[in-house]
Amino acid sequence: MTLHDVYLLSPELSLAALGLVVILVDMTFRNKGLLAIVSVVGLAVPIALSLILWSDLGGEPGAQMTGIFGTLAVDKFSLFIKFLVLGVVGLVIMSSVGYVSNIRFFPGEYHGLMLFSASGMMLLAATTDLISIYIALELTSLPLAALAAFQRDSRSTEAGMKFLLLSAMSSAVLLYGMALVYGFTGTTHLDGILERLGQALDPSVPFGSYGLFIGVVMVVAGFGFKISAVPFQMWVPDVYEGAPTPVTAYLSVASKAAGFAVILRVFYVAFGEISLDWSGLFAVLSALSMTVGNLVAIAQRNIKRMLAYSTIAHAGYLLAGVAAIAARVPEGESSIGPSGVLFYLVGYAFTNLAAFFAIIAISNRTGSEMISSFAGMGRRAPLLAIVLAFAMVSLLGIPPTAGFMGKLYVFSAAMKADLAWLVVVGVVNSAVSAYYYLRVVRVMYMTDPEDEERVPVVRVPMVALYLTGLGILALGVFPGPIMNVAEKAAGVLF
Amino acid sequence: MIFSIGLYGALSKKNVIAVLMSIELMFNAVNIALLAFSRYVVPQRIAVDPAGAEAEIANAMMSEGVALGETVLSSLLTGHIFAVFIITIAAAEVALGLGIVIAMYRNRSSVDVTQANMMSG
Repeated sequence: MTLHDVYLLSPELSLAALGLVVILVDMTFRNKGLLAIVSVVGLAVPIALSLILWSDLGGEPGAQMTGIFGTLAVDKFSLFIKFLVLGVVGLVIMSSVGYVSNIRFFPGEYHGLMLFSASGMMLLAATTDLISIYIALELTSLPLAALAAFQRDSRSTEAGMKFLLLSAMSSAVLLYGMALVYGFTGTTHLDGILERLGQALDPSVPFGSYGLFIGVVMVVAGFGFKISAVPFQMWVPDVYEGAPTPVTAYLSVASKAAGFAVILRVFYVAFGEISLDWSGLFAVLSALSMTVGNLVAIAQRNIKRMLAYSTIAHAGYLLAGVAAIAARVPEGESSIGPSGVLFYLVGYAFTNLAAFFAIIAISNRTGSEMISSFAGMGRRAPLLAIVLAFAMVSLLGIPPTAGFMGKLYVFSAAMKADLAWLVVVGVVNSAVSAYYYLRVVRVMYMTDPEDEERVPVVRVPMVALYLTGLGILALGVFPGPIMNVAEKAAGVLF
Repeated sequence: MIFSIGLYGALSKKNVIAVLMSIELMFNAVNIALLAFSRYVVPQRIAVDPAGAEAEIANAMMSEGVALGETVLSSLLTGHIFAVFIITIAAAEVALGLGIVIAMYRNRSSVDVTQANMMSG
């Protein structure tokens, strides 16, 4: 490892170091309020290092610096995901300030694990080798399993156990797929795989050879688990419901962003040659995820469980953007598929975080996560209710919100890729989803509260809540700047 | 084959420990496959003439710097390296799994996955 490698890896390294520092602070100081401050302020270091790397890349599209035997790529795509993950982890830590003080055990480890997991996600977006992708994936999911089980009551341990078992099982499937890809191409490096595929393709067989076909399907299954796409979604509702709410918020946003980042990189870079074969696969997964997610969400009464199914549905919308790879076929015109996915991820991050933050604040007071217990929140907690309603509208995809712009980009990419049927499925599903999203809004404003007492407001989480609420609005009204950056980031993939 | 046995075990066993063991089995199947593939995909000239290839690697190290020699060498050992990493991470995974199993056992004095059904819908 040379000094240059350390420089390229510096955001991840500094974030992991920050995790250790937080644990040390927990051991040395009595005042546990320090932990969140140290974590959030310390995030400035990896952000600054990522900014330096970004400016170091220069203005060329597709600029890339590689290190550690070519397994680590620093380009605008990976940096984009890094900024997203860092922003999300900062907001989640801010929002869990009130929540952590209720946890009796190990508040330092709570922050530390969250930061470790974030460094895994950042690494996941930046690796270009199957081995390091697997390591980054485990670095992401092992801390998450520990976090899900953090509360140590029955429900939380059950969530952690389910997450760990199913994540290990999906890792094994993914690994077997990777082993097959390695066996049939002779390399684990993504560029190398592309090279080998270009040499030996049998056009009559899907993916060039049956061994590779099975391998790629298993890789899709492994990644499908991480992004919670149907039919690999069984773990999502239970884990989301059982895990501590800030962890759920984190899981639903950051780990999904990292999962999509790695899917985009693996499939666009390594399997770009055979895109027609797998874009159909993703289109089917996309349609299934949207439909199942939305239909089952209708029947839910627990709001966290409802949002879990809504997450599955959103994975479906995002997969439509991934499937739209064929959209790049017209010469000279770059696809808006990947950049649409990136934009959607940012918009979805703000929206889902806003919704979860409002739920944390409200259910901390009422002690219940049932939708019915949100009755009359329009009067009991006007600000929280407005943000939550706004988040629901954004999840549904009505202008002027981030969710609307995201869906617009993703669906128009799919339209260009001749996936009109998928767009129809998506739009119908959005209409279906109006039922359960707007039900929350209706319960908050149209029904009478059980008691008139105001919900108390904790300062720091409220700042996080306002930031996400403003983010939804800003992305909905001025999508231009972020879209520009996303286009630059996606440019690396071609 | 081992992979399928592991998958079946992971899906059908009731005891969490048995499920963890089955998942271990799946990982080991992957390791064996990787090592087998690794032998299979080694470039032809090395399989035919290992001594000559060694000399070639040493030569590359001499003439074009250690970095290139290392690259050649590591490309030969990819499968082995992958397997070593999988073994390491699987160990970490089991450690965490057993930790959660203990927490779960304290809560409900049972490690039966069929009873882990507090949440449904």
